Amino acid sequence: MASRLFYGVLLALVLAVLWLLLSGYWFKPLLVGFGVFAVIVALVATARMGLLDGESVPFARLPQYLKYWGWLGAEIFKANIAVVRIAMAPDLNIKPVMTRVAVTAKSDMARTTYANSITLTPGTVTVEVEETGFLVHALTEEFADQDAFRDMERRSIEAVEGKKALEKPRGEA
Amino acid sequence: MITPILDFGIAIVLAVSMVLMISRLFIGPTLYDRVLAVNSFGTKTVLFLAVFSLMVGRGDGLDIALLYALINFIATIAILKFFRYRSLDVALSQMALRRALDGEDDD
Amino acid sequence: MDYGFWIDLALDIVSAGFVITGAVFVLAGAIGVIRLPDFYTRMHAAGVTDTLGAEMIVIGLMIQGGLSLITVKLALLGVFVFLTSPTATHAVANAAYKSGLKPLLTRYRPHAGSDDGGAA
Repeated sequence: MASRLFYGVLLALVLAVLWLLLSGYWFKPLLVGFGVFAVIVALVATARMGLLDGESVPFARLPQYLKYWGWLGAEIFKANIAVVRIAMAPDLNIKPVMTRVAVTAKSDMARTTYANSITLTPGTVTVEVEETGFLVHALTEEFADQDAFRDMERRSIEAVEGKKALEKPRGEA
Repeated sequence: MITPILDFGIAIVLAVSMVLMISRLFIGPTLYDRVLAVNSFGTKTVLFLAVFSLMVGRGDGLDIALLYALINFIATIAILKFFRYRSLDVALSQMALRRALDGEDDD
Repeated sequence: MDYGFWIDLALDIVSAGFVITGAVFVLAGAIGVIRLPDFYTRMHAAGVTDTLGAEMIVIGLMIQGGLSLITVKLALLGVFVFLTSPTATHAVANAAYKSGLKPLLTRYRPHAGSDDGGAA
C-alpha cells in the first residue's frame, strides 16, 4: 500500500510538471485549475487500472536510465557510422543474417529495454520475441556479435532491476 | 546571425529526404515497405515542424510537432493492426486467443 | 558585451555542427532506404534517420533555443522519438515476419547477374 502511495505521488508530481511545461501557463488560476483536474483524472484512471507500480511509473530509477542511455547513445553513434558507410558504399556489399540471441532477463521491463536497445542500434532489429530468446535481423555478420549482445543485456538488466539482480542465479522462470 | 540560413538549409535537406520517402512509398514492393516509408516520413515531418517553428520564431509549432509524433506512432500501429486482423475492432486481449484458434499461421 | 558576442558565436557554431551532422545522417538514411535491396535491410537505414539524425537535429535546435520552454519541448520531443521509434520499427518488422515475408540472407551483388534474386 505504501509503495502504491509513493508511486501515486511521484506520478502526480511528474504529470503536474509536464502539464506546466507543455502549457506554459503558470499564473492563470482557471487554466491551472484545469491542469489540476487533468492530473487528478489521469491519476484516478491509473489507480483504477492497478498500474501504480515501478513498471508504469519508472521515474524513481531515472539516474540509472540516464546512465544506460548515455552508454547506449555512444553505441548508437558507432553503429550509425557503420551503417551509413555500408549504405553509401558504391557496391553495396552486404550479407544480412538472422541470429537468435539468448535472453536471461526475467522482468518485462528489462526484456523490453533490451529488445528496444537492439532495435534502436542501427544494423540490428529485433524481429520476433520469444520466451528464451530474440530473433534478430542484422545487416551484416559484424553486427551480429553475440558478446556485444550479452554486454548490452547485462547493462539493461543493471539499469532496470539494479546491480543485485545480476548476481542472483538465473534460469528458473 | 547564421542560424536563419542554417535552419533554411536544414529544412531543404529534410524536404529532399521526405521526397525520397514518398518515392519509396510509391515504389515499395510490399505493404511493409510502405508502412516503413510512412513512419519514416512522419519522423522527418516532426523534425521539419521543429525546424520550421524555430525558423519563424514561434514556439507553437513545437506543440504541433509533439502531437504529430504521437499520432505518427499510433497511426503506424493502427495500420499494422488493421492489415493483420482486417479490422480495428479486435481487443488486444482477444488477439492471443484468435491467434491460437487460427493455429499461428495467420495469412 | 564583447564577451557575450563570442559566447553567442560559439553556441551558434556548436549548434550548427550538431544540426548539420543530423541533417547529413537524415539524408544518408533516406538514400539508404532507396538503395538497399529488401525490406529488412531498408529497416536498418530508416533506423539511422530515427536515432542519430533526429536526436542530433533536436540537440542542435535545443542549443539554438537557449534556456526557454522551447528547449524543454524539444527535449520532450527527442525523448519521445527515442522511445517510440524502436517500438514502431519492431512492430513493422514483426508484422512482416509473421506474414511470411522472407528476408534476403545471401550476399547481395547488384552487378553480378541475378542468381540471388535481390528484389530492387
